[in-house]
Amino acid sequence: MSTDTIAPVKTKEKKEGLFSKKNRKALTDPLDDNNPITVQVLGICSALAVTIQVKPAIIMALGLTMVSAFASLIIALIRDSIPGRIRMIVQLIIVALLVTLVDQVLKAFMYDVSKQLSVFVGLIITNCIVMGRLEAFAMAQKPWPSFLDGVGNGLGYGIILITVAVVREFFGAGSLLGYQLVPQWAYDHGYVNNGLMALPPAALFIIGMYIWWQRSRKPKLVNVS
Amino acid sequence: MEALLNLFVKSIFVENVVFAFFLGMCSFLAISKKVKTATGLGIAVVFVLVMTAPINYLILTFMLKEGALAWIHPSLASVDLTFLAFILFISTIAGAVQMVEMVVEKFSPSLYNALGIFLPLITVNCAILGTSLFMQEREYGLIETGVFSVGCGIGFFLAIVLLAAIRERLKYSKIPDGLQGLGMAMVVTGLMALAFLSFSGIQL
Repeated sequence: MSTDTIAPVKTKEKKEGLFSKKNRKALTDPLDDNNPITVQVLGICSALAVTIQVKPAIIMALGLTMVSAFASLIIALIRDSIPGRIRMIVQLIIVALLVTLVDQVLKAFMYDVSKQLSVFVGLIITNCIVMGRLEAFAMAQKPWPSFLDGVGNGLGYGIILITVAVVREFFGAGSLLGYQLVPQWAYDHGYVNNGLMALPPAALFIIGMYIWWQRSRKPKLVNVS
Repeated sequence: MEALLNLFVKSIFVENVVFAFFLGMCSFLAISKKVKTATGLGIAVVFVLVMTAPINYLILTFMLKEGALAWIHPSLASVDLTFLAFILFISTIAGAVQMVEMVVEKFSPSLYNALGIFLPLITVNCAILGTSLFMQEREYGLIETGVFSVGCGIGFFLAIVLLAAIRERLKYSKIPDGLQGLGMAMVVTGLMALAFLSFSGIQL
């Protein structure tokens, strides 16, 4: 019975263009309506750990987008030949392989950047967004939509990460991307950096507020979780 | 003995994996709506942690460290495979989680359905890989690793059950629509983390 229901869908998909409505949805949905952090509740650990400054947040978002996109692509390509019982090990080894690859390439060609990044690159393996999307999307979809879904989720993650990092760096250190924005005379007149912003709980409060703002714009998201 | 007790208490309260290092946040926030499911997830995490950390310790000591392969052949003494730590650690963890998944599916289908995607996601629960990496970084021995992993597991268990209890109570309070659910859970976690900050500095 299941084959009957699947077959017509497959023939339909063959006619779809590269950026059909459905594929565009796979790419843009995670940016807001189905955001990995605020709606799917995935990848929060690193969102708290790397958002004290903007620069690591941007690099982390780029790295995650790469790994998530290609892991989804590879898993979608070989999904039919993965035995269900050991799928997690297969998925993780592919993710770990991609992360190791990114790490080794950085070490070979951009040693200075790699020195700065090493911790963050390793963190991508345990980032639940990659694994969550593999389980929920790539295991059941064709390669191209899976790839777009991976890119979309990476970017959706990046949006939150950079928003939180901008708030934390500006109020916590008075700077953005390392450039001092709050002038010295403000400090001379008694302006003090907000110490709370340098502590991890600040990220929780900011993401909480972001979710509040997002859900008051879109009441249909309220019941999601 | 005293040092072990110190390590145990420290890993539960002072260096709580959730509130001090913010590891394992995703499942912590998503599965904490009811005390019952939270307890189930907590126990599963404790189980996986206690299983994997000592195994990873053995892998590290007898396979990866420089000179660890000398027991096969003396000429292998100079081989240093620590760069493989990530892949091997995560494989151990994935294997253990797959086992737990089969057991839960068999013996408690309701818990299996309640945990949903978050059961396989225990694999990428950073608390578990994090514990193994802390073990490597701080160069614990086998017994210390065991005590440390039990402590981290109980710390996670405690944190998730506490949050679930608070969230069950929150149902009866008036919260603005948009802040309900996840948003409030974030804010509550932040406040709990601030409270746990007060444990820092305690020495036994």
